[in-house]
Amino acid sequence: MTTAILARPTLGQRLAGPWHASVEFLRLLSRRPVGLAGFIGIVFFLLLAFVAPLFVPFQNDPSLVDIYQTPSAAHPLGTDFQGKDVLNQIVFGGRDILTVAILAALVSTVIAITFGSIAAIIGGRIDTTILAITDVVLTLPKLVLLIAVAAILRPTSFVFLAVILGLIQWSSLLRQIRAQVLSLKERDYVEAARSLDLGLIHIVFREILPTMRSYIAIHFIFATTDAMYAQVFIVFLGLVPVSGSNWGIMLYFAQGQGALFFRDSIWYILSPILAITLVQLSLVSFASALEDIFNPRLRGSA
Amino acid sequence: MPVLSVRDLSIDYTTRKGPVHAVRDVSFELEQSETLAIIGESGSGKTTLAVGLIRLSPRGTKVTSGEILYTKKGLTTDVRTLDDDDLREYRWAEAAMVFQAALNSFNPVISIWEQFNDTARAHGMKDSRRVRDRADELLDLVHLDAKRVLPAFPHELSGGMKQRVLIALALMLEPQLVILDEPTTALDILTQRSIIDLLKQLRERLGFSMIFISHDLSIAAELADRMITMYAGRVVEEANVDDMFYRPRHPYSVGLLRAVPRVSGALGSVASIPGSPPDLMRLPKGCSYAPRCPYAIDECRAADPPLIPVDTPRHQAACIRWKHVAEVLGSNAEVPVAEKLA
Amino acid sequence: MTALIELDHVSRAFATPAGAITAVDAVSLALGRGEAMCLVGESGCGKTTTGRLLTGLLRPTGGRLLYEGKDVWLTKGADLARFRRAVQLVHQDPYASLNPTRTVFQTLSAPLYRHKKANSSRQALAAVTELLKRVDLTPPENFVTKYPHQLSGGQRQRVAIARALTVDPKVIVADEAVSMVDVSIRISLLNLLLALAKEFGVTIVLITHDLAVARYFARRGRIGVMYLGRMVELADTEALVTDPAHPYSAALIAAIPEADPDITRSKTRVELRSAEIPSLLSLPPGCTFHPRCPLSEAGLCDVKIPELLAIPGAREVACHVAVRERTGARAAVTA
Repeated sequence: MTTAILARPTLGQRLAGPWHASVEFLRLLSRRPVGLAGFIGIVFFLLLAFVAPLFVPFQNDPSLVDIYQTPSAAHPLGTDFQGKDVLNQIVFGGRDILTVAILAALVSTVIAITFGSIAAIIGGRIDTTILAITDVVLTLPKLVLLIAVAAILRPTSFVFLAVILGLIQWSSLLRQIRAQVLSLKERDYVEAARSLDLGLIHIVFREILPTMRSYIAIHFIFATTDAMYAQVFIVFLGLVPVSGSNWGIMLYFAQGQGALFFRDSIWYILSPILAITLVQLSLVSFASALEDIFNPRLRGSA
Repeated sequence: MPVLSVRDLSIDYTTRKGPVHAVRDVSFELEQSETLAIIGESGSGKTTLAVGLIRLSPRGTKVTSGEILYTKKGLTTDVRTLDDDDLREYRWAEAAMVFQAALNSFNPVISIWEQFNDTARAHGMKDSRRVRDRADELLDLVHLDAKRVLPAFPHELSGGMKQRVLIALALMLEPQLVILDEPTTALDILTQRSIIDLLKQLRERLGFSMIFISHDLSIAAELADRMITMYAGRVVEEANVDDMFYRPRHPYSVGLLRAVPRVSGALGSVASIPGSPPDLMRLPKGCSYAPRCPYAIDECRAADPPLIPVDTPRHQAACIRWKHVAEVLGSNAEVPVAEKLA
Repeated sequence: MTALIELDHVSRAFATPAGAITAVDAVSLALGRGEAMCLVGESGCGKTTTGRLLTGLLRPTGGRLLYEGKDVWLTKGADLARFRRAVQLVHQDPYASLNPTRTVFQTLSAPLYRHKKANSSRQALAAVTELLKRVDLTPPENFVTKYPHQLSGGQRQRVAIARALTVDPKVIVADEAVSMVDVSIRISLLNLLLALAKEFGVTIVLITHDLAVARYFARRGRIGVMYLGRMVELADTEALVTDPAHPYSAALIAAIPEADPDITRSKTRVELRSAEIPSLLSLPPGCTFHPRCPLSEAGLCDVKIPELLAIPGAREVACHVAVRERTGARAAVTA
């Protein structure tokens, strides 16, 4: 009989078969049209940034006769100050910016979760120390700090840039995670886990953090959007050595090359802005549906 | 002429998955100065019914049929047809409700005096000296010291004192009918006793009618004249308090009575009701209690039995097996159910 | 008979913003294997704190907690871990005591894996199935994959009991374990706990404010009545409910409404001198019940703290007057 139960699809589903999990995810998402739209947007931009470049040839040759063209069949988003195709730059300019944003969000979230839970669970002097550092970081003016760090270190690799962005962002999330864990660890079920001697690792990773999943995921998304803005901002200011192509660099050149003074350059300026805005909008819309997706009450009720 | 006459009242509420029939075809009458207890498990519809009587139901709730006839000085009105102004008047001046949850929902930053004043204002009593006099009088009635209680904030009062304040507030406009939701559930034994005694006293002095809903049968035994048992949204039995306790005819009433142990007297054969209440969206065919009922036969599953008179005309039960139940229990001796089944 | 678990003059004080309070004051209680007893009292009497002291989740500020004769708070490491597993708590609120993100299987299997009672998912499932059967959640396969929100209050409470059973406890402290479930199913939950005591020799302490529940549960055992942090009477259940010795127990039993119109109408009340419960922040001197007590004697009850003393009839009581009257001429006040 036991094997029969183990083989039942419902149990398979609960024990998290990835296929069932994704079906469940889409089912819950379909109830929230805004979230679904956001999710589709995210998938679109991920495909655009990471997959499309594999199929589209990179066009990097200036063509002086084609400067600031309006959209046409050959150049759907027009051309830039060197006569290069804007759409092509949008396609090739997404990868770095998204990678850095996600990486930065990952760094800050991991720092916040790790030290936030350690502070809350161990408490005492460790808590005080972590909190003191957090408060200092929290009060630093982020953008000024970012400009200073970027100007001094001149991050040449995007991974390095991501780490810097991540290191600046974690403080407010850490405080919130600490507060959440502090309240969760007083829950009856956590007390039960303690008296069953399930161990600290189990308590943190199986009892406490899972109930914060939606919270963490939402914060991760907002950290991504923050990192993206910060990144575009310092690239736009020219604090990062300019090479290759990304949406921030496009804006940098658009400004630097006086695109503002050409009537036809509107496509060149608007394209990266629009791309950035749409990514942000998708992320934020998707975040709005996450609460539902992680709510166990809504699972498996169809 | 009954103060309140409820006829075929049905109340639905809508959920994501569709309508839930929380109250189905409920009818009963409440006489002047009479106390009616509505008992049942959670989900039996008793709270929906009580709240529906003063039309305070939350959004998404709909009275689908029936009438709630309220009579005062020979004048009968259907509460369902009242407009907003009349309804506000009806809610405090005619039928006041004391919620269990209200114990914790006092506004924490408003003193008790302000609670009185706000309530009075909402009902057109503008002269604050008169309100003050009335508050003194009411608090005296519920055995609280007005000088101490009025300037206090909710957190400075004990649970029992808060419950007394709520009762006093409910009585402000001298209602004919007081509806109480689990009036003593959150209170300690000695406090509970004092509230029960207070309610008895007030009822005698002021002559209002009372409806209270409770899952606690012992409070019904103390306070009620008549009782209604609700199951899955329906009234399954109605009887005076002695008939209900000593001669119940619906197996669900029997089950509930048997599930409650006593402190004094013999323990008898106490037992829980097996199974759990039905899903109100997927009611079984026939009698909704049949799946849990020890006396159910095939006919029980064929049609939902109507409420019919048993033993006496004022004792009704919705059970085609009531004679069998009577046989099992024996009819006359004033012996509680658990002992009869021992 | 040596006690399995024992509180030896255990006290617990808490610092509150308004000052220090003693929630539990020198409470002693010895429990044998397989005993089913109840602690009753009104809110603030210290019964919940006593329960937590018994489970070792709270450290006493005075006195000793003994398990199998050893002082628990002097043991360390593996011994302490063994004690923790041996004594389990079942919480009051079945809606808060189960992790909402974990299925019944996950909740029950984690302790099994952790304590090497299962090494594969098949073993775990077999053990979980067994546990679910033991707490009458049948058929088990209907429950393994459920999340807490898909269960009723009573079913959740059964899962919580099953979770406690995963570590083969010797003692279960059930804090108001039935007060939040429907009246109609309370008895079956109490029966389940009683069966654990009878069949597996688990010692069970049920903490409740409901004397009727206590009488049913401890009908073959004892009831301890607490008032303002002290144990005022500890007696065999039938003796307590038919003939309470302490005036506070008597007041409680007289005040409780009964689910029987005749009995409840014919009860004789015990009139207290005051309805006011003293604050734990400023307890009255002597017997803490004396300002309300109908038997209170000036110069005695308001001066001297009564000790819990054995009197004839299988009971202990902490009352100068009751002890004097029930032990005949021998005055208990000579000390």
